[in-house]
Amino acid sequence: MTMNKLFAALAILVAGMLAYAPIMIANAPYESTMGLVQKIFYFHAPSGIVMFLSAFVCGIASAVFLFGRRPSADRIALAAAELTVLFGMIVLISGPLWARKAWGVWWDWDARLTSSLILWLIFTAYLLLRRYGGPGSDRLAAGVAVFGMANVPFVYWSVNVWRTLHPKTTVVPSLQPGMREPFWFCVAALLGLYVLMLVARTRLEQRRGELDALYLSLEE
Amino acid sequence: MPVVRLAAAVLLTALLAAPAMSDASQPPRTSADQEYVPVDTAEEQLPAAPLVIGAYSVVWIGVVLYLWSIWQRLARVERELAQVSRRLQSGGTR
Repeated sequence: MTMNKLFAALAILVAGMLAYAPIMIANAPYESTMGLVQKIFYFHAPSGIVMFLSAFVCGIASAVFLFGRRPSADRIALAAAELTVLFGMIVLISGPLWARKAWGVWWDWDARLTSSLILWLIFTAYLLLRRYGGPGSDRLAAGVAVFGMANVPFVYWSVNVWRTLHPKTTVVPSLQPGMREPFWFCVAALLGLYVLMLVARTRLEQRRGELDALYLSLEE
Repeated sequence: MPVVRLAAAVLLTALLAAPAMSDASQPPRTSADQEYVPVDTAEEQLPAAPLVIGAYSVVWIGVVLYLWSIWQRLARVERELAQVSRRLQSGGTR
């Protein structure tokens, strides 16, 4: 009951934050060279942060499942993998819309964009494996998730190591007042949304487990 | 050698006329090719607003569809759980 109340309170808080975020973004100053299109940044970059976090959650939960054989960890891993794919999709669609105006092209096969696409494909492969892999695919998929998590630091640092069109990691720490507040507000709102969706999706998997157990007891 | 002279004259004429002929086959020049004309207001070739709206729409549509899918799947599982529980209580089979 307490958990339900906590979930409801967080849901109300996140809904309020997401409703207020567009006002903050609209009031944020324009970037000098890109103008209006740079405002995509306030949801694009936080979605990227959530994607990285979700890949870590999925990888760590998968490692716990692999070595500890805990079904609860597997449920969290599956939920986190779906959310990694969801937020990855948001990043991979909103990015090209920004790039079309800022760079003049929809896509460039540079290190950040390509490695982000590979990360997204790894977690899509995880979900396909879980869906169509048959018996034992949970452990195989857990290995894929650990591999996917290991890929995250390479995606993050790729802009600093290789010459890319994508802005470097120094952009966020160097944000000016006026841009900094809406950015971190959007990060907090999307992190809250992520926690809510992770809890809801894990709950679904828990109920599915209970249903399977009921079917087994029915057959016995 | 009047034939050679005539051929040389024709060739020279053709070479001199070639730039003019190629220029005539191209589309007429616009004013921006020849000079820059200042204006008070300028329209952007690629407006940013549709791209920004498109990006935010992707975020919202993605999140709403995913929340809807969780809700649908959870409702289906809950229905099935209730059915199986009832069958189990009545001692039936799958």
